[in-house]
Amino acid sequence: MAEVNLVEAVNMALARAMEEDDNVVVLGEDVGVNGGVFRATVGLLDRFGKERVMDTPLAESLIAGMSIGMAAMGLKPVAEIQFMGFIYPCVDQLVCHASRLRNRTRGRLGCPMVLRAPFGGGIHAPEHHSESTEAIFAHIPGLRVVIPSSPSRAYGLLLAAIRDPDPVIFLEPKRIYRLVRQEVPDDGTALPLDVCFTLREGTDLTLVTWGAMVHETLQAADALADQGISAEVIDVATVKPLDAESILISVEKTGRCVIVHEAARTAGMGAEIAARLCDEGLLSLMAPVKRVTGFDTVMPLPRSEHYYMPNVKRILKTCRELVDYA
Amino acid sequence: MTRIAEFAVEYIQFLDPAGKPTQDIPPHLAEAEAITPMYRLMALTRTFDAKAIALQRTGQLGTYASSLGQEAIGAAVGLAMRQDDVLVPSYREQAAQFARGVTLEELFLYWSGDERGSRYSGPQFDFPISIPIATQSCHAVGAAAAIKLRGEPRVVVEGCGDGATSKGDFYESLNLAGVWHLPVVFVVSNNQWAISVPRSRQSGAKTLAQKAFAGGFEGVQVDGNDPVAVRFAMDNALERARSGGGPTLVEAVTYRLQDHTTADDASRYRDAEEVETAKQSDPMIRTRRYLESLQAWGDEDEAALKEECGRRVQEAVEAYLATPPEPPEAMFDSLYAELPGALTGQRAEAIKENSDG
Ligand SMILES: Cc1ncc(C[n+]2csc(CCOP(=O)(O)OP(=O)(O)O)c2C)c(N)n1
Ligand SMILES: [Mg+2]
Repeated sequence: MAEVNLVEAVNMALARAMEEDDNVVVLGEDVGVNGGVFRATVGLLDRFGKERVMDTPLAESLIAGMSIGMAAMGLKPVAEIQFMGFIYPCVDQLVCHASRLRNRTRGRLGCPMVLRAPFGGGIHAPEHHSESTEAIFAHIPGLRVVIPSSPSRAYGLLLAAIRDPDPVIFLEPKRIYRLVRQEVPDDGTALPLDVCFTLREGTDLTLVTWGAMVHETLQAADALADQGISAEVIDVATVKPLDAESILISVEKTGRCVIVHEAARTAGMGAEIAARLCDEGLLSLMAPVKRVTGFDTVMPLPRSEHYYMPNVKRILKTCRELVDYA
Repeated sequence: MTRIAEFAVEYIQFLDPAGKPTQDIPPHLAEAEAITPMYRLMALTRTFDAKAIALQRTGQLGTYASSLGQEAIGAAVGLAMRQDDVLVPSYREQAAQFARGVTLEELFLYWSGDERGSRYSGPQFDFPISIPIATQSCHAVGAAAAIKLRGEPRVVVEGCGDGATSKGDFYESLNLAGVWHLPVVFVVSNNQWAISVPRSRQSGAKTLAQKAFAGGFEGVQVDGNDPVAVRFAMDNALERARSGGGPTLVEAVTYRLQDHTTADDASRYRDAEEVETAKQSDPMIRTRRYLESLQAWGDEDEAALKEECGRRVQEAVEAYLATPPEPPEAMFDSLYAELPGALTGQRAEAIKENSDG
């Protein structure tokens, strides 16, 4: 069985989906001959031809908009936006069309498209290449927003996203593209798009996170275990629609919750999760719900980005506060 | 059938790749005094460029976008502008930025990932480098609209690549510039590649210059490796814009001799042979040959120039490397004109979290 890293798992899922279904097409900037700037689409052009693996002109609004057109005609476009920093011209098409084509036509037309984009900081990338703005997309009714954090989840979730009949924003944490290798069977098995993954069970505290921060959070859980604190770690994975149920069940058990995300704090997904806990889990909480997040600043350029990024130390400090609270 | 409109795109070249005039050069551009400053700036930019790549390779600079082979455009554009004109650059316009008074140290800082690299000590109204492709076209027409509103004799120069001309932002800006008759010059550095996508796969149009015609104004194509041609086109375009004649698009045909950035490997998508051929058209060679033909340049001048460029770049590197990173609170301190009270807590938190304690 192949040992693959996260970006290779993405590639494997793309190839599998194209193999299975002739309607699946791949498009974007530099995805063909170059195989994608992160190599996510490498080999696809040779294998499936230029009719199905398309280098587009440099135009993101077009990439999103033409994906909608293709999807409505029955194709299953998987479009790559080279970096999340360049996805914003797509927002018009996503808000005004992709997310509501089905609703507007009362089901006559669907929009089975996937928009993939690498995101997140910590790799010393140039300006506009490091932000985490998943909450912008999570706010749009009608979209799914999916963020894998391991090779196997990348494979399974991307297959699910491609097979899903509705538009999916698939955000790939590029800091961990090549961090770990895992055996991932290329057997076409998809993962569900609307449940969280419990990565570690615990009883004292629930740590909720997604994307690259899963790794810092797991490290924090290890360190907590050394201190005799048992932390449960949940990878949200599908930030929209949010599986609040799994989080509530966990917090019912632990009574404490820390949400960790790289994105800026205000109006981030952490706020939504905290609101759901207040709403439906207040009586199981023994301490306030806390967030460890990026600051409400512009993402600093590489020389200062470490000031911004949440880290194990910050996570541990917040966990300690909650354990000491009650 | 009646023909109701006709358009033609002119191609301008004065110096061939060997530095031989291909037509009469207008007297004010023919002399060494006009050419030497451009040549010197091109040489400085090339020295900066080589150093930036060397620093990146040794972990002392971030990802860097080289302008190797495209220096003539920036040098001619930057030196053609007046100081109070406004440059709205992309990331590959080092020469133009240097001409405008952006310092070598500032560009090193920028590419190291330090915001202070965009706090230009020189040109106060020039825009910072725009990374999101073509978005700056819209800023350029906005700045031009402001200038026009105030009736000032200033011109905005926007720089972008061939790939950028595919974006809506670019077309939208051309449209506005034409219909509002704005004092703006669009300079498209057509270096044949947008990362791995060749010019031929970017647009079905024969020239990029002709995109101007849809906006209702003139586009010209120039040999972008011929500083005289670029300068000539820029002088005309700037004069037209300054005197109320509206916008111009200058497509400068050149070639990206380096990888897209230091994070790229162009051998994956283009032939080494193509690059070798393009090297024959290097702007430095023809400019030097032409100056030599005027008896205005020799080996001693070249050696002195090399020495000077090396020294200036080295001084800038040392100043850059000696600049300590900013403290954590810097990410708050220029966020708003005045930090809103709601953020003072986070500012303190950032300082505390990033202290050693
Ligand atoms: C809106 C946007 N999309 C994608 C990118 C990623 N990207 C950076 S440079 C580039 C190609 C630009 O080509 P061109 O306009 O020809 O300029 P050149 O780099 O050749 O100077 C791409 C796709 C970006 N920076 N901005
Ligand atoms: Mg280009």
